[in-house]
Amino acid sequence: MKHSLVALLFIPFAHFSSIAQTDDLSKMMEEEMGSSNEPDFATATFKTTRLVNGHTNEQDGPGVLDFRIGHRFGAFNTGAYNFFGLDQATMRMALEYGINDWLMVGAGRSTYQKTYDGFIKAKIFRQQKGKRNFPLSVNYLGAMAIRTLKFSNPENTNFYSSNFFFTHQLIIARKFSDSFSFQVLPTLVHRNLVEKITDDHDIFAIGVGGRMKLSKRTSVNVEYFYQVNKPRDVVNSLAIAFDIETGGHVFQLAFTNAAAMIEHAFITQTVGRWEKGDIIGGFNLSRVFTIKDPRKKGTKNEEAPKK
Amino acid sequence: MKKTILIFAAFAGFLTSNVDAQDVYFTKNAKVNFDASPATPIEVIDAINNEGTSFLNITKGEIVFAVLIKGFRFERALMEEHFNENYMESTKFPKGDFKGKIDNLSDVNFAKDGAYKVKVTGNLTLHGITKPTIADGTITVRDGKISATSNFTVKLADYKIERPAVVANKINETAKISVVANYELKK
Repeated sequence: MKHSLVALLFIPFAHFSSIAQTDDLSKMMEEEMGSSNEPDFATATFKTTRLVNGHTNEQDGPGVLDFRIGHRFGAFNTGAYNFFGLDQATMRMALEYGINDWLMVGAGRSTYQKTYDGFIKAKIFRQQKGKRNFPLSVNYLGAMAIRTLKFSNPENTNFYSSNFFFTHQLIIARKFSDSFSFQVLPTLVHRNLVEKITDDHDIFAIGVGGRMKLSKRTSVNVEYFYQVNKPRDVVNSLAIAFDIETGGHVFQLAFTNAAAMIEHAFITQTVGRWEKGDIIGGFNLSRVFTIKDPRKKGTKNEEAPKK
Repeated sequence: MKKTILIFAAFAGFLTSNVDAQDVYFTKNAKVNFDASPATPIEVIDAINNEGTSFLNITKGEIVFAVLIKGFRFERALMEEHFNENYMESTKFPKGDFKGKIDNLSDVNFAKDGAYKVKVTGNLTLHGITKPTIADGTITVRDGKISATSNFTVKLADYKIERPAVVANKINETAKISVVANYELKK
C-alpha cells in the first residue's frame, strides 16, 4: 500500500513532458536492455594464459597467435661466482594459438632436458551471470612432453616411449572481483619411465594460485603445487610473479624454486628449496599477433548517407 | 495490493498517453563505431558494436541511445580486453548511453522522403560520467523508413578515461564516434 501511495504522489508529474523529458523512452530502453539475452561472461580472470609456471583459465582468442619466451636464470644461492644465478639460463620458446572460442593449442621447446611439449586447452564452463548464472570457469588442459636428452645408459635397451610425459589438469577458476582471482588445479602427471621400481608412475597434485592487482596494469601472482604422492627427493613448487602489461604484450617477472616451465617437470621434478635460497629469478614474455580478424567483413559502419 | 498498483499504473498510463505508440520508433541493432587512433597510428584502435539500442519519438523529438561496452569488437582480442578492463571498466560501468532532444525538430518532415540535418542536445554517459553533449546528425526518411546517422568526437579526459604515459602516443586524446540507426515502428 505504501508503494501505491508513493506512486500516487508521482502521477501528477508524469504528464508534464517538460519534466519527464525522455523519461518514457528511457524506461522503454531499460526494459529493452534488461530483456537482453546475452550472457555476461567474466573476462580477464587473469592477465595471460600462465600464472607463473602453470596455466590459468585464460585462453588465446580465436585467431590469436601468442609467441612466448620463458626464461629462468640459475639459483640465487649459487653465489657471487655465478653472479647470483644470472650466469645460468634455461628457457622455453613456444607458439600458441587460439583455434576458436573454446580451444587453444600450443607447442614449445625447453632447454630443460631438451624437451618438446605440446598441449591443448579447452573451456568446459565459463563463469557468467545474467541469462545463466555459473560461479566458476572450468578448463581442461592436456599436455604431452618428450624428453630428447640422450639416455644416460646407452648400452641398455632403451625405449623411445620412456621419454614421454603426460599431464591432465582441470583448471577451476573464479574471478572474485576486478582485482582478485583464484584458481584450483587438480592435476595428474604420468611418467612413462621412473627412476626406481618403487616410484609411482602417476603423481597426483593439487595446484592453487591467485592474483591480486596492484594497479590496473600490474598484479602479483602466487602459485603452489602440492603433490599428494610426492616422490622422494623432490619438493613442491612455489612461485611468485609480477605481471606487467604494456599494450600488446605481458611481461611476467617470476621468482620460483623450479627450473622448468612445463607441467610434468615443475610439478614433479622440482628440487630447489626456497628456505635454502634456491630461488630462481626469471621472466615470461608474451607477444600476441592477430592472425585472423575476428570481426566479419562488412560490419564496419556504412558511410553516412550523402545529401 | 497488486490490483491497486495495476489500477494506478493504468491510470498513470492514461494520463501520459500523449506518448502515442505511433510516434515511437526503435532499433536493437544500431551500429556504433569508434576510432581512437592517433594522427599517425602505430596500431589502429577502432571497434564496432552492432547491438546498439535506440528509441526515437518523432513528435517530441526525443532520442535515446544505449550500447553495452562489452559489445564492442576489436580486431585484436587483447585490445578488446584492455578496453574493457583498463579503460572503460565495463564491469563497473556496463553501459554507455545518450539521452537527448532534436533542437530543430520542425525542420524534419517525417512524412516526406529526404535527408534532414539535425542538431541534437543531450547528455552522454560514459564510464559513469554524464556530460552535456551536442551532436550533429542526419535523419533520413525513405519510403516511410527512418534512419539516423551522427558523427561526433568525445574527449577521453572528460569522462576520466585515463591514458597512461606509456601509451599516450598510441591513443588519441579524442575518440571519433559514429552512429547508424535504422528505425522500425515500435508496436
